[in-house]
Amino acid sequence: MATLAHEVDHHHGPARGILRWVFTTNHKDIGSLYLWLALIMFLTGGSLAMLIRAELFQPGLQLVEPIVFNRLTTMHGLIMVFGAVMPAWTGFANWMIPMMIGAPDMALPRMNNWSFWLLPFAFSLLMSTWFLDGGAPAFGWTFYAPLSTTFAPSTTDVFIFAVHLMGFSSIMGAINVIATVLNMRAPGMTLMKMPLFCWTWLVTAFLLIAAMPVLAGTVTMMLADRHFGTSFFNAAGGGDPVLFQHVFWFFGHPEVYIMILPAFGVVSEIIPTFARKQIFGYASMVYAISAIAFLSFIVWAHHMFATGMPVAGELYFMYATMLIAVPTGVKVFNWVTTLWRGSISFETPMLFALAFVFLFTIGGFSGLMLAIGPADMQYTDTYFVVAHFHYVLVPGAVFALMAGAYYWIPKWTGHMYNERLGKLHFWLSAISVNVLFFPMHFVGLQGMPRRIPDYALQFADFNRISSIGGFVFGLSQLLFVYIMIATVRGGVKATDRVWEGSHGLEWTLPSPAPYHSFTTAPEIP
Amino acid sequence: MNLVRGATDYSHRVFDLHMISLWVCIAIGVVVFGAMFYSLFAFRKSRGAVASNFHENTTVEVLWTIIPFIILIAMAIPATKTLIALEDTTDSGLTIKITGYQWRWQYDYLDQGVSFFSNLAATSRDATKGDPKSVEHYLLEVDEPLVVPINTKIRFVITSNDVIHSWWVPALGWKQDAVPGFINDSWTNIPQPGVYRGQCAELCGKDHGFMPIVVEAKTREDYETWLTAKKAEAEAAKSGADREWTKDELVERGKTVYSTYCVACHQANGQGIPPAFPALAGSVIATGPVEGHIDRVLHGKPGTAMQAFGLQLNDVDLAAVITYERNAFGNDKDDFVQPRQIKAAR
Repeated sequence: MATLAHEVDHHHGPARGILRWVFTTNHKDIGSLYLWLALIMFLTGGSLAMLIRAELFQPGLQLVEPIVFNRLTTMHGLIMVFGAVMPAWTGFANWMIPMMIGAPDMALPRMNNWSFWLLPFAFSLLMSTWFLDGGAPAFGWTFYAPLSTTFAPSTTDVFIFAVHLMGFSSIMGAINVIATVLNMRAPGMTLMKMPLFCWTWLVTAFLLIAAMPVLAGTVTMMLADRHFGTSFFNAAGGGDPVLFQHVFWFFGHPEVYIMILPAFGVVSEIIPTFARKQIFGYASMVYAISAIAFLSFIVWAHHMFATGMPVAGELYFMYATMLIAVPTGVKVFNWVTTLWRGSISFETPMLFALAFVFLFTIGGFSGLMLAIGPADMQYTDTYFVVAHFHYVLVPGAVFALMAGAYYWIPKWTGHMYNERLGKLHFWLSAISVNVLFFPMHFVGLQGMPRRIPDYALQFADFNRISSIGGFVFGLSQLLFVYIMIATVRGGVKATDRVWEGSHGLEWTLPSPAPYHSFTTAPEIP
Repeated sequence: MNLVRGATDYSHRVFDLHMISLWVCIAIGVVVFGAMFYSLFAFRKSRGAVASNFHENTTVEVLWTIIPFIILIAMAIPATKTLIALEDTTDSGLTIKITGYQWRWQYDYLDQGVSFFSNLAATSRDATKGDPKSVEHYLLEVDEPLVVPINTKIRFVITSNDVIHSWWVPALGWKQDAVPGFINDSWTNIPQPGVYRGQCAELCGKDHGFMPIVVEAKTREDYETWLTAKKAEAEAAKSGADREWTKDELVERGKTVYSTYCVACHQANGQGIPPAFPALAGSVIATGPVEGHIDRVLHGKPGTAMQAFGLQLNDVDLAAVITYERNAFGNDKDDFVQPRQIKAAR
């Protein structure tokens, strides 16, 4: 009887206490866990960025030694990519995909639990290197050999193990998304009726499954070079250090789309809602996502124009890279045409989504400039590149994450967030992010290399401006944390539809959404 | 604020490419953002805008796929020509081999028999924790610049002794990675005398930010004068290795060598940055038998950051720096090493 009572209990709501979170197989619980982890990692990686900007505030070495500076940039990159952006998107996938396709939960709930719980261990390991002999990794988030093999401290092995754990977690998360999307859609929801967020995540999941094993292979080759006498990346033993860059970027370029495709999805949900008008070209959006995903696998060596590739290789990678502008343009044109003759209102999620379109496109422009091979040999490894990828990742991916959080948190918690504070957070972030990153274009063009702890005097003014923007941006995010926690704890009761222009199955559920999303499949019109 | 236009015909071509793509981006930006901000203004709900319900228009969608494609082709044509020009290193009048080290550059004039290292100038190194603003060309000054003749096609062959570095002088219009075990090449032809500055552009460890590059382009005559002097200097160093040196001479010279080659890791006070960079003050090697000390400095310690300085320093400098280390930071071995001992130990 006790067992039966327990089971009944289990099917009607969450277990009590801390074990709920340890053993949970519920997509919403696991989604929340992912989002909290991502937020903690965002603040951790952000704190490292604050230290970087403090050191770069003026010429000279004031706060940290050069080796510590290298550890800061490396850990900042690793934490933001693998700890903040990727888990945050998996959190959104967990929360939203079952609700958007009319399913009760994810297809593989136990694996879901495991794929989350690997991550806290992975990041504890990674962070533990700060306290070990040899120190945290200092070879950049791209960890080029042989700096990361022959010339790296013993803690590199801990880093390798942590990367493996993150990879397992991502691959399992991706398998779960694919299984859910392909098997658990409500009857009548064909693939071409599916919300664009689900489409972007389906494609992202395939990218993850193809790319993460390559990363695992890369770090395993490093491990073999370091300890088992192989010479994959060591010319003295017949290997090639540039091979490392090929395999790394074969993972690394799809990786940037892994971080940005779900952002495209969120923005494609939000803009129609607040323009009160359906997306202009649904089918062309789907084709554009797929085209970008395909192209992402055949352009990797545009990160390597200066490595001494043969000219034919350089030309091919230049042309292929320039092609990405076509489907990316299609997406931006679609968003703008969706706004055209709509009925637009500017709630916080819409503000973040519009800033995304504007600022991501600026990042896209610098991306197009970087694609031009001969010009790239001036830009590459300078602050121009730093500006480029921060534009696509911060006012790109991170703004889309924030837009999504404001958009769906009423559905998650049953409470409206504070709109005034939300707008304040938006304006502080949107202005400071440009003060932070736009001057980086200028210092990069003037000749400032990236990853240097100290710089020549002509770069001083713009670096100071960047640092001030950085501090304001960093502090503004504490406001975001406050708004989110306050909304979880209470607030004005949200309606089921939440937004006037909302569309999609998630808005047919009560707010907050029930523990199991759709226990019977909804009708699809 | 803008890209460096540079000093060579090639760098001007790159600059032109940069400006073309920048203007293309600005033009597209004006159209797209114009439409976007017009919509945000004109179709606001607060102004009473009512949403229409149009969607999908094949003509528009085909157009906005084809037009960008055509623009891209227009951009690709000049880019292709420039790239092919950069790869053409034939018919050069001078070949210089550049080798990256943690953290300095070595320049070998392959046909002239001249070879030297180029380090961050001591004035900059001393100012990192002092007053950078007081130093001219802070972090962009070296002890010995690369000197090249003007109006000569110079071929660079670029490699590395340890990790990957990248040799970049913005005014020349390109950067090229220095990869250990491989040789990359590139070229330049500088029309005007002048001093052009750059930095290592690929993260190469602790002092990545402190290995600048200075190229001095001189007229043919000035270059030849410099070359002759450089050769004489090398001869003098060679003969210096054969005479006996006094301890004071060695310590004085050793201090200079130490502050160029050793100070980054072992620090000015000899305390190092343990555990990666051990202290020399009171160390087993620096206060132990002189043979062990010579061996460590000559051959390095594999698997650590300690390089084989036998490859980088001549006998006199090695003898001097070893003598200095044995008699500084509180180490008072009171012995010293002659250049011929180094020669014997090589």
